[in-house]
Amino acid sequence: MLHTIIKKNSYQDSINLMLLTNSVSTMEGLNKVQIMMATPANKDIFKDAGLHTDELEAAESNDMAIVMDTDDAGMVDKVLEKVDQYLKDQSISNKKQGFETVRTWDKAVDALPNANVAMISVPGQYAADEADKALDRGLHVFMFSDNVSVEDELRLKKKAHEKGLLVMGPDCGTGILDGVPFAFANVVSKGRIGLVGASGTGIQEVSTIIDHLGEGVSHAIGTGGRDLKDPIGAITMMDSIRALENHSQTEIITIISKPPAEHVRNEVMELLQSLSKPVVAVFLGEKPTEYVGNVYQAYTLAETAHIAVDLARGNEVKPDYNSGDFTVENTNLKDGQKTLKGLYSGGTLASEAAVLISDALGLGTHIKNEEGYVLKHEGHEIVDLGDDKYTQGKPHPMIDPETRSKFIEQAGADASTAVILLDFVLGYGSHDDMASALLPSIKKAVAAAEEDGRTLHVVATVCGTKNDPQSYDGHVKELKEAGVIVKETNNEAVRTALNIVGLHVEDNEKKHVEGGKSDKKFDLSVSDDIASLVSERPRVINVGLKGFTEALEDTGTQFVQYDWRPVAGGNARMAKILSLLK
Amino acid sequence: MNYKSMDEANKAVIDKITGSAPFLVDVVPAKDKIKELNDGKVLLHAGPPIKWEDMTGPMQGSCIGASLYEGWASSPEEAEKQLAGGEVTFIPCHHVNAVGPMGGITSANMPVFVVENRTDGNEAYCIMNEGIGKVLRFGANSQEVIDRLKWMQNVLGPTIANALKLTEDGLNLNVMIAKAITMGDEFHQRNIAASLIFLKEISPYIVQLDMDEKERKDVIQFLADTDQFFLNVMMATSKAVMDAARQIQDGTVVTAMCRNGKDFGIRISGMGDEWFTAPVNTPQGLFFTGFSQEDANPDIGDSAITETFGVGGMAMIAAPGVTRFVGAGGFDDALATSNEMAEICISHNSNFTIPTWDFQGACLGIDARKVVETGIEPVINTGIANKKAGLGQVGAGTVRAPKECFEKALEAYAVKLGLI
Repeated sequence: MLHTIIKKNSYQDSINLMLLTNSVSTMEGLNKVQIMMATPANKDIFKDAGLHTDELEAAESNDMAIVMDTDDAGMVDKVLEKVDQYLKDQSISNKKQGFETVRTWDKAVDALPNANVAMISVPGQYAADEADKALDRGLHVFMFSDNVSVEDELRLKKKAHEKGLLVMGPDCGTGILDGVPFAFANVVSKGRIGLVGASGTGIQEVSTIIDHLGEGVSHAIGTGGRDLKDPIGAITMMDSIRALENHSQTEIITIISKPPAEHVRNEVMELLQSLSKPVVAVFLGEKPTEYVGNVYQAYTLAETAHIAVDLARGNEVKPDYNSGDFTVENTNLKDGQKTLKGLYSGGTLASEAAVLISDALGLGTHIKNEEGYVLKHEGHEIVDLGDDKYTQGKPHPMIDPETRSKFIEQAGADASTAVILLDFVLGYGSHDDMASALLPSIKKAVAAAEEDGRTLHVVATVCGTKNDPQSYDGHVKELKEAGVIVKETNNEAVRTALNIVGLHVEDNEKKHVEGGKSDKKFDLSVSDDIASLVSERPRVINVGLKGFTEALEDTGTQFVQYDWRPVAGGNARMAKILSLLK
Repeated sequence: MNYKSMDEANKAVIDKITGSAPFLVDVVPAKDKIKELNDGKVLLHAGPPIKWEDMTGPMQGSCIGASLYEGWASSPEEAEKQLAGGEVTFIPCHHVNAVGPMGGITSANMPVFVVENRTDGNEAYCIMNEGIGKVLRFGANSQEVIDRLKWMQNVLGPTIANALKLTEDGLNLNVMIAKAITMGDEFHQRNIAASLIFLKEISPYIVQLDMDEKERKDVIQFLADTDQFFLNVMMATSKAVMDAARQIQDGTVVTAMCRNGKDFGIRISGMGDEWFTAPVNTPQGLFFTGFSQEDANPDIGDSAITETFGVGGMAMIAAPGVTRFVGAGGFDDALATSNEMAEICISHNSNFTIPTWDFQGACLGIDARKVVETGIEPVINTGIANKKAGLGQVGAGTVRAPKECFEKALEAYAVKLGLI
């Protein structure tokens, strides 16, 4: 039977409520429970979950709705108690905050008049409007929000470009500006390598490997995944490249992207070749055969980091950094055990795995993302669990182990599975201890396979640094103790997994050739605002998820928290009237 | 619209507020200033227009008390019969340049403060504070209540009027308010500092008056005992200032907030004297021993004009002494409340700087657009009446102005401007 609790005017952001839902779901005696703000869209989600009630229908957008299916009416009070406790604990932890919290743009700007970056993590449908407001106030935009239309993205980026501002995103998962981690980012040593990336975990993988190798990063600027595609045309990428060219502490420029649209690629390449600084580029899915002029193209993320480090140190760049010995002894596989199951929380890491496996299978290196599968071929499966398909109404797999746990157990039950490949992405924003969270499922899968007479191999990579909020060494140790093969980079992890099933990748020895310089004259100058973005410490208005302030606080960054809520509580008619009364 | 943008119009409104110069100049029988009270049996009431049958207990109780006080009836039963029978005309205080606390019931012979806004020459009126306990504004109407009202009519009112005549040009209220806000008053729940300042200003003149010594002592004693005496002066002041601001007939600044126990009403600068109403909320707060939330009457009174002016609940941080009314947290909650209120206001009133708020001025100009945009409803500090007539005050606390009023106002304004 369904029971409903409505908490009037009790706004919480959706991530908070999803985590609360998870926490409440664990209570004995509940068949099902869902806690969300009672917005029209969320009411549909309740409906789909079979948790729709009249009380819910009557609730408003600023009301918190708890609907539970239980046979025990006594659970209602217990759930309410648990919810109240959760919210109360939160208010206690909020109480000691040493930063200012505001509810409007006007107050945000009052509170931090010299702010230069707005970090926006509001729901997608509202994100473009908020980015617009930030640009109108002369702020660069770091746009974590996704589900922003490509039309809006183009309009915002054009507007920003004209105003001499940068729009990093939308769907920009990571960034490091002058050592300050934005959204999902690692604590990486400061240094002389500047990154610009159209992919979140691509930046995380390259920057952490650079850190492991003893070098550091000046800035890591995210552009959002569509920046190098039509019709955006790499507006942010090109402005960021110019910014790093003008930034004296950046000695090496590194760019990371999936393969761009052809003409965009040409334009970006021409710009890169006109720079005074050496460049490392990786377009995941392109298998380069040579280094041309000042542009060193890499095949994998790890190779990208290695080339950048050698360039920074003035070492000669090697023809290949990918190949190596990835032998695993005593694989002990049964006849039918042939397939790899890559269950990734990082989209770019999943893509890299798919590229390498596809290459090893002789299928070429061009991959497609279909229905969350970046690769699905003869039983081999590489899944991006951060894909929209898996995150509807659920937190991202870097935060929440639930979806991945299920996939691990399923993969283990599949008699064809030889290897489960996993990534553990550390850093701000990510789960406190994903190793401990996933190990029960990993052990369960391995044990179930063993009972069935199969040896199941688990290969993992930990993407992080020793300075991350989570313990890097602790993760590695815990995983190894549980029998997981842990590799330092995703490249090594994938090649190790391939080795187990008897596959391997042929690598190119890349020659260094001269040339590539085009006659085209590029204007390499940047606006004052962009110049100061890369030459100064960022000062941030965090619009949305409060969790992102943790990194800002830890790094002593000036910021103000804008507790954003939908204009007029999501009432479209009032929002329209407000937009007219200017 | 006479302005290039809404922001510019609103700026003109708040300039009127900060530029105002309210002075307390006189105390007179209400009928001397409000001609409508001379046409038969007429009562003024708090809030937007309301009919007898829709009034809650305290307001009906006040009406009965006023009938007895004016001598229209000799018993409560007779008074009730007249009131229910339509013999008495009801007018909102706000429609005749007046404001009234709680029930707001004002009749012809009750003495009212006269506050003159020297910048615009307009006046506003408010009855005098009767103290606490069994009082007319909370619906009490026993003989004790009527006797006190008579004393106020015959002794207190004329004494203060005569004392004010001895001043050069009345009492400069901006100066008194500016002092009191640094002494811990927010002018709705707490007026003790302002009341003492008033006593300090007026006593030298009262001692000079040629009057009965017993009556002089009674007046001084009453002023010394009545902590909330200044509230009614503050209400008239707020009304005088906000009415002057209403001369700017554009913009989205809230120019009045009031409640009649049934409806909450607001006005915004761009919509002149039109009311936008929604059902009132019931205040939450602390109750006197023996009473509980169950006994609370829905929100009532014109005293929310103080919040409209930017004090009261809006200036919670100025009055650490009353922060317990906003929750157990105390000072931090008061700070959070005022910070939240600043989100829906256009600026800060530099005439009234608040030490505990890092010398930021009190809130200035509630922008109805910001209320609707953020969903932050203005908070009002208020006394809580017993919902039964005649039993008086049962506690004090806070209540929110319903968002719906602000939505209706903006919608009407957008229609008026031809935007939708």
